Amino acid sequence: MHTTRRRMLLATTAAATLALGACGGGSGDGDDSDSSAGGGEGGGDITLSVATFNEFGYEDLLTEYEEMNPGITVQHVKADTADNARAALRNSLGADSGAADIEAIEVDWVTEFQQYPDKFADLSSPDVEGRWLDWKTEAVTLENGMLLGYGTDIGPEALCYRADLFEQAGLPTDREEVAALLEGDWDTYFEVGRDFVAETDIAWYDSAGALWQGMINQVEQPYETPDGEIIATDNPEIRDLYDQVLAASVDDGLSAGLGQWSADWTAAFQGDEFATMLCPAWMMGVIEGNAADIEGWDVANVFPGGGGNWGGSYLTVPAQGDNIEEATALAAWLTAPEQQIKAFEARGTFPSQTEALDSDTLAESSNAFFNDAPTGEIFAERAEAVTVTPFKGPKYFEVNTAMQDAISRVDVDETDDPESSWAKFVSAVDDLR
Amino acid sequence: MTVATPTQAPAPAPQRAGRRGRRGGDGPGRGRLGRLDHAVSPYAYIAPFFILFFVTGLFPLIYTGWVALHDWDQIMGQGAFVGAQNFVDVLTGDDFWTALVNTVSIFVLSSVPQVLAALAIAGLLDHKLRAATFWRMGVLLPYVVAPVAVALIFSNLFADRFGLINTLLETVGVEPVRWHSDRLASHVAIATMVNFRWTGYNALILLAAMQAIPRDLYEAAAIDGASGLRRFVSITIPMLRPTMIFVIITSTIGGLQIFDEAKMYDQYGRGGSDGQWQTLTLYLYELGWTRADFGRASAVAVLLFLLIVAIGLVNFAFSRRIASEESR
Repeated sequence: MHTTRRRMLLATTAAATLALGACGGGSGDGDDSDSSAGGGEGGGDITLSVATFNEFGYEDLLTEYEEMNPGITVQHVKADTADNARAALRNSLGADSGAADIEAIEVDWVTEFQQYPDKFADLSSPDVEGRWLDWKTEAVTLENGMLLGYGTDIGPEALCYRADLFEQAGLPTDREEVAALLEGDWDTYFEVGRDFVAETDIAWYDSAGALWQGMINQVEQPYETPDGEIIATDNPEIRDLYDQVLAASVDDGLSAGLGQWSADWTAAFQGDEFATMLCPAWMMGVIEGNAADIEGWDVANVFPGGGGNWGGSYLTVPAQGDNIEEATALAAWLTAPEQQIKAFEARGTFPSQTEALDSDTLAESSNAFFNDAPTGEIFAERAEAVTVTPFKGPKYFEVNTAMQDAISRVDVDETDDPESSWAKFVSAVDDLR
Repeated sequence: MTVATPTQAPAPAPQRAGRRGRRGGDGPGRGRLGRLDHAVSPYAYIAPFFILFFVTGLFPLIYTGWVALHDWDQIMGQGAFVGAQNFVDVLTGDDFWTALVNTVSIFVLSSVPQVLAALAIAGLLDHKLRAATFWRMGVLLPYVVAPVAVALIFSNLFADRFGLINTLLETVGVEPVRWHSDRLASHVAIATMVNFRWTGYNALILLAAMQAIPRDLYEAAAIDGASGLRRFVSITIPMLRPTMIFVIITSTIGGLQIFDEAKMYDQYGRGGSDGQWQTLTLYLYELGWTRADFGRASAVAVLLFLLIVAIGLVNFAFSRRIASEESR
């Protein structure tokens, strides 16, 4: 009896360890911020928590800040995806507790959170005026002059491509020749793609949904008007782009039909499944991670239809925090040009600060994985090519999600044709009105 | 390990009653305080459970109903009173019904094979085995693995293009299954995850009940020449009925609330581009957390509650019939 019980205990412990180990990967360390009251030395110890998602490249910077400011401990809470970070922030704003001292938000949800100005601290200050590109700051400035967040990075888009597959198809491989070849609008891009697919039988790009992100970020008023009307289903521009991207993806077979971020999409980087990808600066880190040990990736200073910005974030300070002043100081420090350049070098998050864009460090930086491409120079030029700042209303995120579903149904799932999928999109949007 | 046979059970009852009667006779000696103690303190003893139940169970239940009658934004909180409008919106949309069908389909695909497999495993474990504890703990192992980890492993098995199962199917020349596009295939995949997690747990519960069955019944049957299968079907299964009912009811409630597995099944966690595997709980989450409409989300929660109560009542009636059959 005695031995049985001990054996049972052993088995239980083993099982419990397994469960704990399994939990550790997913749940993150969100709860830690409450438990420790500050580990620094000296009087007035405070703990600041910083909530981010994906990769901001802040790990080393936060340690540096702690060393510079004895008495301040910084907790970094990292969500696995932007969607989860958004849900968590919404939750804590609704409950008026639980938010980190500094919360990162994505450009696509900015207008959504602008509906709740009382929930955030006003960050406007003469010290930071003129720090960012104008369009970056304008997006978070309210009518009464309140500044909702400090800009971190932007996502100017270039084109990443597999030089080895280009060679196979008899296309130029040098990044400047590729840029010259693809210079033009989306039709040019699709035209070259059709030749490529005919030659190699490999898809031209990964996913119609990814292309949609590139296209929609070039439309001035995609889904909503500034006075709050949802025009997504009546806007002829949207319907034209929808038809164009699906005709190229499905009828011409240019898309590999992979849902972006899916397990299949991630696995596909390890094979010869597609030749090009729309490439906001932060995408380089994603490609490098997924395509480890694959040679041939390069990046060209060109983007269909001119320039475009995909993604980029802000740091906000929720009004519910106890240390608003210190949090604001940390957010201001993190988004200063010097720090943002370091974050770019760590994780490829491209700075949104004018001074950083002109800096020599940025101009000289290159990326070994992408065949030593001068990425600093290329993306600085791509940032200048951004001409359109789309108006993204409070429902942008939800309408775009419905649109991504509509495209997936045709491109990835093949459960619908463009016409029937559009009808479902219309009914989903009606539901949001 | 021995269990009282039905004939023995009622016997101690009169004794206990007798003793209580005698203690009641002490009453006048203790006075009013004693009587008060007798009348009130039992309630005080059970109060913690009911207070806890009220705070964590009943109050949220009623509050959800209250929220469901209002315009209620996740962040801005309570809005105007709208009566049954949220229910009308939910019930007239297609999404609710799609989610309902998905939920029931996944529930049936998971619960039925789960109970049958649990029964078979428990039957095997009921034999004399070497290292019995090892095997018994072994079947419980999937249960202690975090659902998120299970989902990660299975998403690699069930990936459409490069998943293990489809790769295997292709090597033997079978058409790959479109796990994330085809509605039924996605339900099978999610049910598999649920079964992986819960079969062992149910098997252990059934095993405990099996071990409580008097061994002499088996011996008598064996002497009469009944085979192993016959003994399982004619003795074990009938004796397991009350436990089976418990297992079926808990797996019904769990089955109607499937969330983790469905949410983790793809990268977006919304139940597929066409709602192929959007369950009621996922739909509720999308309404409340993606669209910030707590009013409608609460309406779905109330409807889900009513559904579970309804199925619970059916279960109850059904189990009462079985129980009365048993005593006959």
